[in-house]
Amino acid sequence: MDERIPVLETRKLGISFGGLKAVNDFNIKIYPGELVGLIGPNGAGKTTVFNLLTGVYVPTEGTVILNGQPLNGKKTYQFVEAGVARTFQNIRLFRQMTVIDNVKAAFTKDIRYNLFDASFRTKKYWDTEKRITDKAMELLEICGLADKANELAASLPYGRQRKLEIARALATDMKLLLLDEPAAGMNPTETAELLACINTIRERFGVAILLIEHDMSLVMNICERIQVIDYGQTIASGLPAEIASNPRVIAAYLGE
Amino acid sequence: MKKLNKTGQGYLLNTLVIIVLFTAFQLITAAVGSQGSFKLVLAPCLWQCCYLMILAASLNLVLGFLGQLSLGHCGFMAVGAYTAALLSLACQRAGVYEDKSGAVFILVLFACVIAAGLLAALIGLLVGIPALRLKGDYLAIITLGFGMIIINIINNLPFCGQDGLAQGSAAASLYKNGLGFGTKSKVEFLWAAILVTIISVTLMFMFIRSKYGRAIRAIRDDEIAASASGINTSYYKVLTFAYSAFFAGVAGALYSCANATLSTSSFAFTNGGILNSTFVVVMVVLGGMGSLTGSVVAAVIMFVVNYQIKNGAWVAALPASLQAVFQYPMLVYAIMLIVVIMFRPMGIFGSYEFSLVNLRGDIRAALAHKAAARAERKGVKSHG
Repeated sequence: MDERIPVLETRKLGISFGGLKAVNDFNIKIYPGELVGLIGPNGAGKTTVFNLLTGVYVPTEGTVILNGQPLNGKKTYQFVEAGVARTFQNIRLFRQMTVIDNVKAAFTKDIRYNLFDASFRTKKYWDTEKRITDKAMELLEICGLADKANELAASLPYGRQRKLEIARALATDMKLLLLDEPAAGMNPTETAELLACINTIRERFGVAILLIEHDMSLVMNICERIQVIDYGQTIASGLPAEIASNPRVIAAYLGE
Repeated sequence: MKKLNKTGQGYLLNTLVIIVLFTAFQLITAAVGSQGSFKLVLAPCLWQCCYLMILAASLNLVLGFLGQLSLGHCGFMAVGAYTAALLSLACQRAGVYEDKSGAVFILVLFACVIAAGLLAALIGLLVGIPALRLKGDYLAIITLGFGMIIINIINNLPFCGQDGLAQGSAAASLYKNGLGFGTKSKVEFLWAAILVTIISVTLMFMFIRSKYGRAIRAIRDDEIAASASGINTSYYKVLTFAYSAFFAGVAGALYSCANATLSTSSFAFTNGGILNSTFVVVMVVLGGMGSLTGSVVAAVIMFVVNYQIKNGAWVAALPASLQAVFQYPMLVYAIMLIVVIMFRPMGIFGSYEFSLVNLRGDIRAALAHKAAARAERKGVKSHG
């Protein structure tokens, strides 16, 4: 397993806000196709890790390496170009745009036509637009949103908004998908649907997934490996069964 | 011939309708162009409407589609106006054209319009790169500042501004030899103003219905999510700002045609007339942020309101206290804005775009919506 190149590797990743070390010495390796869980109590720094992995925050220490390429000092959109996409804990959609435009917007970086093509509607424009419309519809079908393609994103129910966020992330053609509490606020049916959607994505696209989740049954069920952080420090990492019986993890969650 | 899809049909229909309307307009102008009321009132008004439409639509790109409040838009218009005026004067001096007629002059006219746009876009780029690092109120203040700086720079340049184009013989030279059109030329070249307006609004429409439009609306709705979807937010923001400044410059070029003299004070923030960056903001909000149709319609509405307040015969019949209010048109616009925000916060058109192809469907949907609302009210009544 270890001779493969990891999709994501972090080395001694850390960030301090003033004197507070929000994340410290965070090391993780994720291989293609893996599903890794990142758990920890509230305020442990999970979302901060995501923000570091997508370039929203600039790390004060260490490096993020994506497909063997270090990403120091790069902007968020360059992280996306390198192959990492994410969803947000509090859903962030382009609310005043239609469902399909949400997905098409994420194709922007792959569209090669220029201002001239757009202004005069050249053949290149029509071909590109047709291609990305088809691709966007395909992604919407995978996520079960094809029937809502022309509705406003804001009008979707919560569960489907979450799926649209995933569809939009898929449109960036990433190698690593970061899901920040995808099942938060969902009822059991919606969670089950979401799980099915995640499984389809893994089969179809072979992407690696890093998942933050509080729903322990979900995490224990689907994750192949789990890393636990508390106060910005990694306190455990391993297979789900090992984590469930790790005394430090139990202490962190339940208090000593 | 290949069968056109719905979009293709729409484009064809729109082009045909525009050509028909434009030809009809040409014929009407030819028929009534020499009549006093058309020559003295309507033609100058149409010129003003043309540049206001372009101006409002171009600001809508930044305000409505990109979601950034810019209060310096008239600064770019001033750049365009002065560029066009000076370029036309230079051409005349160099002997490119003798008087305001003929094919060569028309070429110079369009060259001036494009040059005005390009220089304004360049200034827009220079302003946009530092300014768009800020957001919201801060951006509003810094663009307001940049607008004032532009006006002041123009004012202090020796070859334009206060001592140049605005006064004395230089002003007369713009009117006599440059783009400053008299009433006769305004009728004669009305087609050019309308053509420039059609092309400008079409280009802006093409811009928003492409990857650029999607990217900037995504930035407006959620900037963090946009960059997490691989959109280079600063690039698209600056690009849109410069693109919008280009059309403000084009509007400025038309302005310099429609006026015999140029004075920086007409673009200044303190200007009480209709050319003031805040009034352009009012136009965009009134028409609907995110609807070019709305901006075009609102520009006409605002122009008519402004014209009526200043020139309407009915004003004299009003009680003295109301007339006093009309002394300060800004008050009227403020009240209009408050009324719009209270009763229709999304503006007249919201984000709706007028479309001939979809017109029937839109009307049917609107009627159905109304009928449903009525039925619901009835239902509530009978149950209650």
